[in-house]
Amino acid sequence: MNPRLTLATTARVLTQIRHDPRTIALLVLVPSLLIGLMAWIFVNSTVFESIGPALLALFPFIIMFLITSITTLRERRSGTLERLMTMPLGKFDFIVGYTLAFGLLAIIQSLIAVGYAVWVCGLTISGNIWLLILVAVVNAILGTTLGLFASAFAATEFQVVQFMPALVFPQVLLGGIFLPRDQMPDVLHSISDWLPLSHSIEALQTVTTEAAATGTVLREVGIVALWALAFVILGSITLRRKTA
Amino acid sequence: MMNSTPAVVTAELRVHRGKSDVITDLSVSVPRGQVVGLLGPSGSGKSTLMRAIVGAQKIAGGTVTVLGAPAGSPSLRRRIGYVTQAPSVYEDLTIEQNLRYFGRVIGAPAGDVARVVAEVDLAPQLKQLAGSLSGGQLNRVSLAAALLGSPELLVLDEPTVGLDPVLRHDLWQLFASLAQTGVSLLVSSHVMDEARRCDRILLLHEGKLLADETPAGLLQQTNTLDADDAFLTLIARANHRDGAAA
Ligand SMILES: Nc1ncnc2c1ncn2[C@@H]1O[C@H](COP(=O)(O)OP(=O)(O)OP(=O)(O)O)[C@@H](O)[C@H]1O
Ligand SMILES: [Mg+2]
Repeated sequence: MNPRLTLATTARVLTQIRHDPRTIALLVLVPSLLIGLMAWIFVNSTVFESIGPALLALFPFIIMFLITSITTLRERRSGTLERLMTMPLGKFDFIVGYTLAFGLLAIIQSLIAVGYAVWVCGLTISGNIWLLILVAVVNAILGTTLGLFASAFAATEFQVVQFMPALVFPQVLLGGIFLPRDQMPDVLHSISDWLPLSHSIEALQTVTTEAAATGTVLREVGIVALWALAFVILGSITLRRKTA
Repeated sequence: MMNSTPAVVTAELRVHRGKSDVITDLSVSVPRGQVVGLLGPSGSGKSTLMRAIVGAQKIAGGTVTVLGAPAGSPSLRRRIGYVTQAPSVYEDLTIEQNLRYFGRVIGAPAGDVARVVAEVDLAPQLKQLAGSLSGGQLNRVSLAAALLGSPELLVLDEPTVGLDPVLRHDLWQLFASLAQTGVSLLVSSHVMDEARRCDRILLLHEGKLLADETPAGLLQQTNTLDADDAFLTLIARANHRDGAAA
């Protein structure tokens, strides 16, 4: 791995995105709009207070997953990846370069989503707001890295889109939004322990409802970060210089 | 000196793609400092052979040695320029941004972008988005990227497709002048007329080598007057042989 090449790749990806202002606008605004919509739907009940934190995990995670996996698939299909793999660019440089570029977008997106949920939609936060932002950012980066990893297994755009229901929806269903995880059947509860999104949601719910649970939140965020790291490593390993 | 060894040597190369053998038992060599044309009908395995040389293709058997090292060796990644058949550039970047990035990856000197852009005659479009270029222009950006860092071996998959005769002439002149400075070039083409401009011609047919000749030798061997006829004659002979064997 060569930091100079990693950063060159990050800069290149960001330059590409800069040429596409519509994507930037959608990326940055859509999660907030969806959260706003949910707050509005539940304006006459207290439901938003309980699911609001989970939404901060859900929408950025899904959107970053989709954007990243489609962008890297495009790179594979256009032949630029084949070209790069014959050049002195490390596989790690490629994956980490992408992670940093989309990670930066994830940070911006999360900041806006958190700000919107708290100051516009009136989501109450018992814990530290910076801790909340940290969780949101790490979670969005998780979506990015999962997208990077998943795109290695997709040959077409259709397949990438199918990865949504296959890889993302189960995590959403088992993440404790519909039913707290400890009330699920034991088997499902155990499975959900192994899904990274569960820990993101757990961390966000804890930081919004408990003032003095920094330790728990940091532990959950740590687990999410480890998953993200694992996806980066798996993504680099599954990248192939030689193909059939 | 190492330079007396060929730029590329394949020995009993076999490549399997999909359900069939695309290249069977291919032993060829590309000498240094020459322009070698890789010709053959569509589907004969030209792109596959090139991918094997640049280390992008899984092979089923045999060896590919490039500039003295096994194909795909990390040490080769700075020494080979590769143009894929479809232009592989970022359409949402300008020509300049594309070349800057590839230049950084290959470790090319700062002035290289200007040099290669001039070589493919795209200086006026430097700030234009690649996605808005014409097909021929896009091909030339892809070629320019391969010229960055002045590699010792250029593997060019149909670099002159979609270009007018003047541009084609200019590019072949560029190839010849590069060869003069010691660069080895393997250039695939569909246009038989371009065969004349090569120092040597490799003719592929169904993954096998039909001819490894100079252009003049090819005409002589087939008793024909132009490259098209020579090509047709050799393919007809091969088909005849295959038919007789079957
Ligand atoms: N990804 C693939 N999977 C399966 N078969 C493939 C694949 N790519 C190419 N082939 C087959 O391998 C054979 C050789 O293909 P190749 O692209 O090397 O031909 P080519 O000589 O470059 O043809 P053209 O002049 O049309 O570019 C063809 O029969 C093709 O159908
Ligand atoms: Mg081809």
